Amino acid sequence: MIDVLLTMMAVVVFAMINQRNLFAVVVLGGIYSFLMATVLVALDAVDVAMTEASVGAGLSTVLLLGALYLTKGEEVTEVRRPLIALAVSIAVGAALVYGSLGLPAFSDPQAPIHTHVVPRYLNDSPKETGVPNVVTSVLASYRGFDTLGETTVVFTSGAGVIALLRRRRRSREESEK
Amino acid sequence: MSLASHYSYWVTIFLMIAGLFIVIARGNLVKKLVGLGIFQTSVYLLYIAPGKLIGGTAPIIASGFRAYSNPLPHVLILTAIVVGVATLALGLAIVVRIREAYGTIEEVEILEQDRREEA
Repeated sequence: MIDVLLTMMAVVVFAMINQRNLFAVVVLGGIYSFLMATVLVALDAVDVAMTEASVGAGLSTVLLLGALYLTKGEEVTEVRRPLIALAVSIAVGAALVYGSLGLPAFSDPQAPIHTHVVPRYLNDSPKETGVPNVVTSVLASYRGFDTLGETTVVFTSGAGVIALLRRRRRSREESEK
Repeated sequence: MSLASHYSYWVTIFLMIAGLFIVIARGNLVKKLVGLGIFQTSVYLLYIAPGKLIGGTAPIIASGFRAYSNPLPHVLILTAIVVGVATLALGLAIVVRIREAYGTIEEVEILEQDRREEA
């Protein structure tokens, strides 16, 4: 089941590489994000899947379409130095595949990720925080300051976007005068 | 080590290098940002796939369930998704500004205009 979905994701990404029309690329990106959300549900990451479906497939697609409207971008005109890029990508991929050979098998219960740190959270967090969802209790309680830092990042980027796009409106008004 | 046990890692790696390839080889700035997004989402899989436990369930503690998938990667990736859309928004705003200043979002044409100004 997961393998089939992962293969579909790879096919969609392959189509995105070759697609020249930017609108089609953005729509394929939305399909890719929904497939990713489905894979995440299959991997038991329900909170992440909900966020990916709303933020990845929803908000990102809207932002990209808005940018396409503002830049009037339609077609990617040319491909630059594809051979060098291909060589670099394949070299990186080969190094990563070599590294993946040392990883434990998928869903091995004896893998270190399942035997260290996490049993403490699974056993104690309902007692300590009173929240049955462990993801929520870690995000909002144990690592609440990290989440505060995350909102700082979002605020900074929002301020940056407003600063960049406000200048734009002002310069257009001046040119109209 | 077999195809079935490592397939998820290899698809993750394919997505990663596909994103890398788009960032290097495509000159259109919007498409570069899409490639960066693919690279970023492949990292979600890299973190979350090892946390899955066959026969486990989502990490919401309830009576009747004993095996849960690992919740800690989920927490990290929730933060990564939100930060990712924040950087995407900022990147697109910069692309809109570049389009205004240069009249194009193709990297080659932008570099050419810069060179002509310097000369």
